[in-house]
Amino acid sequence: MNAPLVSGPHTHQARSVSRIMALVMLALLPATLLGFYNFGWPAITLFAVTVLTAVLAEAGCLLIAGKPVRPFLLDGSALLTGWLLAMTLPPWAPWWLGVVGSLLAIVVAKQVFGGIGQNLFNPAMVARVALLIAFPLQMTTFVGPQPLSSPNAPSFLEGVAITFGDEAKLDAVSGATPLGHVRTELDRGTELTQALNGYYAPLSASLGDTSGSLGETSALLILLGGLFLLFKRVISWHIPVAMLATLGLLAAVFHGFDPTRYPGAGFHLLSGGALLGAFFIATDLVTSPVSARGQLVFGAGCGMLVYVIRTWAGYPEGVAFAVMLMNACTPLIDHYIRPRIYGRDRAGQPMVYDVQSGEKS
Amino acid sequence: MKLFRIRGGVHPDDCKALAAEQAIVDLQMPELLHIPVQQHIGAAAKPVVQRGDSVRKGQLLAHSQGAISAPVHAPTSGRIVGIGNYPAHHPSGLLVRTITLQPDGEDRWCDDLPPPMDPFNSTPDAIAERVALSGIVGMGGATFPSSVKLNLRNRYRLEKLVINGAECEPYLTCDDRLMREHADQVIDGIRIMAHALGVTHTVIGIENNKPDAQRLLHEACARFGDIDVVGLPTRYPMGSEKHMVQTLTGLETPARALTADIGVVVHNVATAHAVHRAVRHGEPLISRVVTVSGGAIGKPANLRVLIGTPVEDLIDYCGGLTSTPERLISGGPMMGQLLPGTRVPVVKGSNGVLALTATDVGIASEMPCIRCASCVDACPCGLLPVEMAAHARAGDLDGTVRLGLTDCIACGSCSFVCPSNIPLVQYFNYAKGELASRQRAQHKQLETKRLAEQRTARMEEIKRKKREAMEKRKREMAAKKAKAAAAPAERSAQA
Ligand code: SF4
Ligand code: SF4
Repeated sequence: MNAPLVSGPHTHQARSVSRIMALVMLALLPATLLGFYNFGWPAITLFAVTVLTAVLAEAGCLLIAGKPVRPFLLDGSALLTGWLLAMTLPPWAPWWLGVVGSLLAIVVAKQVFGGIGQNLFNPAMVARVALLIAFPLQMTTFVGPQPLSSPNAPSFLEGVAITFGDEAKLDAVSGATPLGHVRTELDRGTELTQALNGYYAPLSASLGDTSGSLGETSALLILLGGLFLLFKRVISWHIPVAMLATLGLLAAVFHGFDPTRYPGAGFHLLSGGALLGAFFIATDLVTSPVSARGQLVFGAGCGMLVYVIRTWAGYPEGVAFAVMLMNACTPLIDHYIRPRIYGRDRAGQPMVYDVQSGEKS
Repeated sequence: MKLFRIRGGVHPDDCKALAAEQAIVDLQMPELLHIPVQQHIGAAAKPVVQRGDSVRKGQLLAHSQGAISAPVHAPTSGRIVGIGNYPAHHPSGLLVRTITLQPDGEDRWCDDLPPPMDPFNSTPDAIAERVALSGIVGMGGATFPSSVKLNLRNRYRLEKLVINGAECEPYLTCDDRLMREHADQVIDGIRIMAHALGVTHTVIGIENNKPDAQRLLHEACARFGDIDVVGLPTRYPMGSEKHMVQTLTGLETPARALTADIGVVVHNVATAHAVHRAVRHGEPLISRVVTVSGGAIGKPANLRVLIGTPVEDLIDYCGGLTSTPERLISGGPMMGQLLPGTRVPVVKGSNGVLALTATDVGIASEMPCIRCASCVDACPCGLLPVEMAAHARAGDLDGTVRLGLTDCIACGSCSFVCPSNIPLVQYFNYAKGELASRQRAQHKQLETKRLAEQRTARMEEIKRKKREAMEKRKREMAAKKAKAAAAPAERSAQA
């Protein structure tokens, strides 16, 4: 058999890996900038440290593995991983949290698996989960917004000082996230409405005027970014819709069941990393299923796990765990859920028609 | 008319503006014509002329061989200067049996062309026979002998004729021009085919990026009640036979079956035009319209070209190459094939000659798969190109087949969208080649085994016969001996 050297197609869509990554970053930008504004210089410094470490770690791994550094670095995937990780860190966390996190994400979760496209788990979420387990205190010390324009916001130098170890300042302003607060109060037996009082208002949750991770606080801007990605066809609707619908539905059902114990759908959807997770993390191309139906299952699984973890497990926030657990199921989902092949039924057998036309007998 | 959605597909930049407004022009007579005896799917035709023969335009050069084959005719008058091997119109550039004709410049028709027919007073068989004798094959690129498709009526209950005017490949405008400039002839050819197939309804599918063709065909067929011109969404691969039928009828052709199994036959517009010429004028298929286009072509054009014309003549006519093309291809950029050079001849299935620049091609170097599922979303056949390629790359042919390799139509949508520029189709083509050679080997093995068994059986038979013969001889000997022993005793008794 004389295999032709080059097969068609002889033309190509103008979309490359780096372009996809760039679009995702563009979509993340508004929420990130708001995070910078709200949490000030410490957040900006932490972000820079995290992202820089991710990129350097990638370069180092590529060098060691003997792969070409330039094209792989330029694909932007390491930058994006660092970025996503930074988004989920407490904004005034110490510098080494970002460094350790980025190293975990790039070296352990990505390059050890064989580099881009080979990893089973979402690198940013591996790092986040590992950090949460290893450094629970630092990972759950949140600050309320200190907008850059406000008089008591730390200056640039103070910001750098906070990121690089001035914990005194941090203790003075720390506060819990709505999810964390509700969780603690509920565990103490406080009624939900009381627990929510002063800690959760849908408006501030949408606008990001609340304490939380660097880039997770503004539901509105994240939603905007997500819609942009949908519009640009970087992601499909299946995962976000399935995940948010499942989460919202479960929350609504339990809320209806006992409103004093279970917060409603709005609270769950707007708080913490639910939206960021649904649009930016669960949709990670590498670690999610490839078929549309598989993505629906995957998204629904994520939504359910987020609810279960937030409500009954030991952590107030469950997005990272949920996504990682579902990542582990991706190969299975891809194996069992496949698109229907043209001209065949779901079982793979050629279709049979029962019409008058067709072969004469 | 209600249209049905098909799965997947892509939207390449159609680049048709380059040549769409260029009216069809006749290319000047080339110095030599190289006419391969096999320009179709099936058995090669067998030459009936010899070196040194003088031939007239339209004269039979090689006649068809067997049930699936097509004859080849002289595109002009002249002298046969050779029957030998010449590079094929195929990426391999393999040498294939080719008749070389030197035109005498007089372009004289041969006297014994078949007479014009009145198709609507002829039997379907007579029409199919005329189409067969005229060497008409699927001109959309598939090159399946058209008469065989017209004869499907004998085996299938047919309801609908679908005419493929989608021309969904970027750059190509030859069918568009044909529909715009020869609408009446195209419609006539379509009606002849519908009559030959015995169908009551005909649908002409034309993508919406060809509004002029839609309008002109619509006007041309308005007075016949049984033909509909339908605008199709501009989406590649709309021109894929099974997908087009599904868009128009909602019926999906079962895997490994023909559209005829669901009562539909598909023909191309250029084929319809050729049928018109053959039936109404007795002219065999000796020329076709070819789009010459691409970023490296000086003046893109649509040319009417004699079969056998070297590709370089087409390019020269179009102002030559403005730069060294990144790829020189035959057909469209999605499914076309590389040409091994510009010496190769135009054949019946060539609808385009494209010289594409690096910018036109736009394929960057390959990167690892990021499992983005773009290929899965793009595949019109519901396959998982990413998984199939992974298995093919690992050399796991069985796994590739299990994932649906044989259902892949090689449309290229997956490679087209892959952000990592992975040549997926190349893997599939390679795997298909492997599969074919494995099947051949298996077939051969079976055949060898069968022959060996036959031989053993024959040997056994011979042995058995020998043994029987020996035994028979032994018995005879024994009988003789016994007789001999008895005889002296008798004699002595008499004495
Ligand atoms: S389109 Fe390319 S990169 Fe994306 S999943 Fe398919 S093969 Fe992988
Ligand atoms: S080439 Fe095959 S696998 Fe790729 S999109 Fe077309 S049918 Fe699907």
